[in-house]
Amino acid sequence: MKLLTHNMLTSKAIKGVQTGFPLNIVVKKTKTVETEFSSEFIQRMLPKLDWPAFLKAAQTLGVGSQLPDSPPTETTDETVLRSIHHALVEVEVIEGELICPETERKFPISNGIPNMLLNEDEI
Amino acid sequence: MKLKKLKSILDGVETFDSPNVDLEQYPTPPDIAAEMLHHVFSSGDIEGKLILDLGCGGGILSIGASILGASQVVAIDIDSGPLEIFQSNLEEFEVTNISMLQASVSHLSSMMRMKADTVIMNPPFGTRNKGADLMFLEIASSLCSKHIYSLHKTSTREHLIRKAEKRGLKCEVIAQLRYNIDKIYGFHKRDSRDIEVDFIKCWNARPT
Repeated sequence: MKLLTHNMLTSKAIKGVQTGFPLNIVVKKTKTVETEFSSEFIQRMLPKLDWPAFLKAAQTLGVGSQLPDSPPTETTDETVLRSIHHALVEVEVIEGELICPETERKFPISNGIPNMLLNEDEI
Repeated sequence: MKLKKLKSILDGVETFDSPNVDLEQYPTPPDIAAEMLHHVFSSGDIEGKLILDLGCGGGILSIGASILGASQVVAIDIDSGPLEIFQSNLEEFEVTNISMLQASVSHLSSMMRMKADTVIMNPPFGTRNKGADLMFLEIASSLCSKHIYSLHKTSTREHLIRKAEKRGLKCEVIAQLRYNIDKIYGFHKRDSRDIEVDFIKCWNARPT
């Protein structure tokens, strides 16, 4: 699971959950991959991202130290964009858990794939 | 990239070999996937985009989109079996910009807080699971800021488009394709048959 995916996901589908975001991350194993950097794509993602959630998740994964405290504005140098790219789409949680911030419901991540399936009685 | 080249690459994508009847899993044939993606690419909806693949199965559409220059693809399926095959396809193709998610598409609207640029999908036809085709379209439209590209049975075209338009979607049939379904399930009487399939493009008539 990339942090881009983490920033998209909520547990709001669970009955009674108000925001369900951000999901807490328990990390057991990570992997780093290399993907093509596009400053245009990262800049386009910035307004969509919930920055505090991204920052906290990146810190949990140990890749937050290069990231600014607040989302960078237009004139951002490439070094910062590259650090965002790295934390957002190159570091992946392979084994671990996502946890609903309101109900503590656990969603396992195994083989890099978060399992967000819910039982009928949870929705 | 030439259509023929894309098709020959997609020929190498493994598909699942024990499809689930209730989920109406039909692998997307490489020629159809290639034709579909080639069109989406030409329309400017792949390169540099954030793409969702709903009901991704073994991942042929996602992998094709990645090869054609998508920035990131998030692929979702309810079934772990096809996702495992997808995983091994990713390793085979050395693709690193696809993320997989196991979830029910029916819950996705409230599970995702971010919209993608493009949705590509080959949803259930809605034959055995009534309304599944329309449900996929509706969910896709809530998760997509531009265009949805999808495959649907030609025989249900008017019904589907009427229902979709009632829900604020505009639909355009781009092409009518022949989908050869080998005898996957016991209830198919003949060994192989062709199904007429529409390749449809949809978008929100009232952008949000």
